[in-house]
Amino acid sequence: MKIDRRTFLKTAGTALVGSALPVSLVKVAFGAADSARDFTFGYISDAHIQYIKGKDFVRNWDMGLKRSIMEANLLSPRPDFFMFGGDLAQLGMKEELDHGLDIMSSLRGEVHYVIGEHDYYLDLGEYWQEKIGPLYYSFDHKGVHFVVLNSILTYDGWTHKDWDSPMDRMKAMARLDNPEGSPFMVGEEQIAWLRKDLEKVNKGTPLCVFSHSPLQKIFKGWNFWTEDAEKVQALLKPFRKATVIYGHVHQVQYNQIGNITFHAVMATAWPWPYPESYRQAASCLPKLTVHMNRADPFFERDATGWQYINVMDGKAAMHYQLPDNENRSVVYNHRTGYPEDAKYQDYADRVPPQKHY
Amino acid sequence: MERKSLNLKASLLVLLIFSAVLAMSLSLRAKEFNQEDLERWDNEFMSVVMEGEKLFHSPSLGNNKVSCDQCHPNAANTHPETYPKFQQQLGRVVSLFEMVNWCLQNPLEGDPLAADDPEMVALLAYITYERRGVPLEPGKH
Repeated sequence: MKIDRRTFLKTAGTALVGSALPVSLVKVAFGAADSARDFTFGYISDAHIQYIKGKDFVRNWDMGLKRSIMEANLLSPRPDFFMFGGDLAQLGMKEELDHGLDIMSSLRGEVHYVIGEHDYYLDLGEYWQEKIGPLYYSFDHKGVHFVVLNSILTYDGWTHKDWDSPMDRMKAMARLDNPEGSPFMVGEEQIAWLRKDLEKVNKGTPLCVFSHSPLQKIFKGWNFWTEDAEKVQALLKPFRKATVIYGHVHQVQYNQIGNITFHAVMATAWPWPYPESYRQAASCLPKLTVHMNRADPFFERDATGWQYINVMDGKAAMHYQLPDNENRSVVYNHRTGYPEDAKYQDYADRVPPQKHY
Repeated sequence: MERKSLNLKASLLVLLIFSAVLAMSLSLRAKEFNQEDLERWDNEFMSVVMEGEKLFHSPSLGNNKVSCDQCHPNAANTHPETYPKFQQQLGRVVSLFEMVNWCLQNPLEGDPLAADDPEMVALLAYITYERRGVPLEPGKH
């Protein structure tokens, strides 16, 4: 076969697109035949945009966020909206939030934001509210009630103690393993608001709550933890279909507590170890969770990612988009009543990279 | 003249024997240590661990303000008990300090440290201390 330059370019172009795009991005799969109420949304989280000096930001974290947006922009059909799950900034600086929002502005679609501790503890959410919006709110979409909580508050005594500067407080909270840190909480004021917000919602309505920290207790040492999680869970208990989706942990986690299904999302910046990898303190990772693969640090984006979520019959199916790794799906199983990994849930099906120690 | 020199030789010999006996007794005594010594040595070690903890959490160890603990809280996922091991990405068996240097040069965009640089020793002391109690498994991936 004779290949002239034009044919070559055309073929090479097709091959490049074919190899660069994961198949799952070509078309979003809708599950049920009667899918009028089913829909998809995208979830990007934990970008940790980090300011160096002048006009410099940490390249690695910029690239993570940019890549997730580039891939998310290829989703077809378009998801109904996007969530950003918190920690847009590393140290809450205006430079970081502005730069992060600048990158986020290339994401095609409506975005709802959840605040993380890295966005909050410099100015207690002031600049965030000015540029992005309220720290907690709710909205309805295609028959699902969505709630966004600010779950990274803590004891007033810690927040308002005699800090040398607001940046000192920010750095103290930004250090994940800080023994002088303080546990996350939703707080009484917001719990009262949530109670009121949920009063008007029919208990058969699917409910989906977004928070930055897990609304369950996994490991206090790294704040994989919300101090008043039980109080929030109690308010979700009357709902037949309740789902909580959280960021902060930079890893695959999922759980079922009574009627509430929990899912964590990946970071675009870097992965975190599972808490059991730290041997000097006890932790409590949900037994259901099949771990993400151990990260290969030589591949910058390995064990980072973003996700799209199919809401089918009011429950979430998480589709983890993992650069340098096989994508994963964790789907609520209506028969067993808990979320399951589509491929690896059985012990016999698990692979060596999923073993953490 | 000769006698004087002999005397000198004899004195030197006595001095030499005396020194040897002294050294022996000192070395014999060095095998003994008490609780106070143990505490002092432990304090010396822990002060280096604490120095390592500071460096591990420092934004100025590298050149881009990224610190080790951002990816490795409590030095988790560093697995000091598995080194030396075949680091498949490098294609050879390495010691942990080489991986620390890999991190300094890549995610931290900084400069490597010599294996016996006090900062490297402190980093390794902290990393290993956070993993205390875990059995050695050299070569494990």
